[in-house]
Amino acid sequence: MTDDIRLNRVRRFLETLNQARELGLTVEATGDGVLTMCLPYSDRIIGNPDTGVIHGGAITTLMDTTSGSVIICALQDFELCPTLDLRVDYMRPAEPHKPVFARAETYKITRNIIFTRCEAYQEGGETIANCVGTFMRIGKEATPKGYRDLITGGEE
Amino acid sequence: MTDPEILRHTRESGDFSRLLESVPYARFIGLECDRFGDDLIFRLPKKEENLGNPILPAIHGGVIGGFMEMSAAIYLMMSQDSMRMPRIVDFSLDYLRAGLDRETYAECRLTRQGNRVANVMITAWQKSRSQPIATARAHFLLED
Repeated sequence: MTDDIRLNRVRRFLETLNQARELGLTVEATGDGVLTMCLPYSDRIIGNPDTGVIHGGAITTLMDTTSGSVIICALQDFELCPTLDLRVDYMRPAEPHKPVFARAETYKITRNIIFTRCEAYQEGGETIANCVGTFMRIGKEATPKGYRDLITGGEE
Repeated sequence: MTDPEILRHTRESGDFSRLLESVPYARFIGLECDRFGDDLIFRLPKKEENLGNPILPAIHGGVIGGFMEMSAAIYLMMSQDSMRMPRIVDFSLDYLRAGLDRETYAECRLTRQGNRVANVMITAWQKSRSQPIATARAHFLLED
């Protein structure tokens, strides 16, 4: 699978997630088992009005989405994999008025479970948060064919 | 969040609307809170913009996380009479069932409060409290 195919699949997948659209999440880069996404700054997701720092929940959503979508970059066929658990460690508050990026990788794929790692950071490279996640493989047949075709764009 | 007047009003009246209105992210996901005696029940009303999986459809897992995270922070602030939002250190979340496109509830419990760090347990459910959709625990740094 080429990076173009991965990019298109992740973009189409993101497009179907209402909350990802609300947050304005975009795909920055894809690779074999790696994915980077971007969360733009917005006044609507501020958690602390005094400082303008965005709420951890928006970072959690960014990391959950990136960790869930990196699976698309790792598997040949599209499978919808529900999240089993997420563990997020917050290193420092995100600097206001700047986007937050998240880079995720799948570091172990088994028949039933996919293990992911994800780092959120800002321009300059300082880590905002780290996240590990596990996702359940329910099989590609568990996802309706119409939706699979929507993500893969028919057949790629 | 630190407006003492709003916090006083919230503590005295049990009306969380002004407090939640003052936090953009709470408005963004639609978080609400009701007080029953000393107990707080957090609510996340059904909202199309909060959905992730379009097939079920289900609430985005990140939104469920954000909802529980913010519930825990408000709960902690209220339980320790603090004027500041506590800072989250880490958050560990188990998804037990799909969060369907309906109203979701959460309640929190202070597992342990030390001098500098507090551990909070959060449970979220929809149809029945005995069938949680997610459980989480979080550590918060208590600012002095």
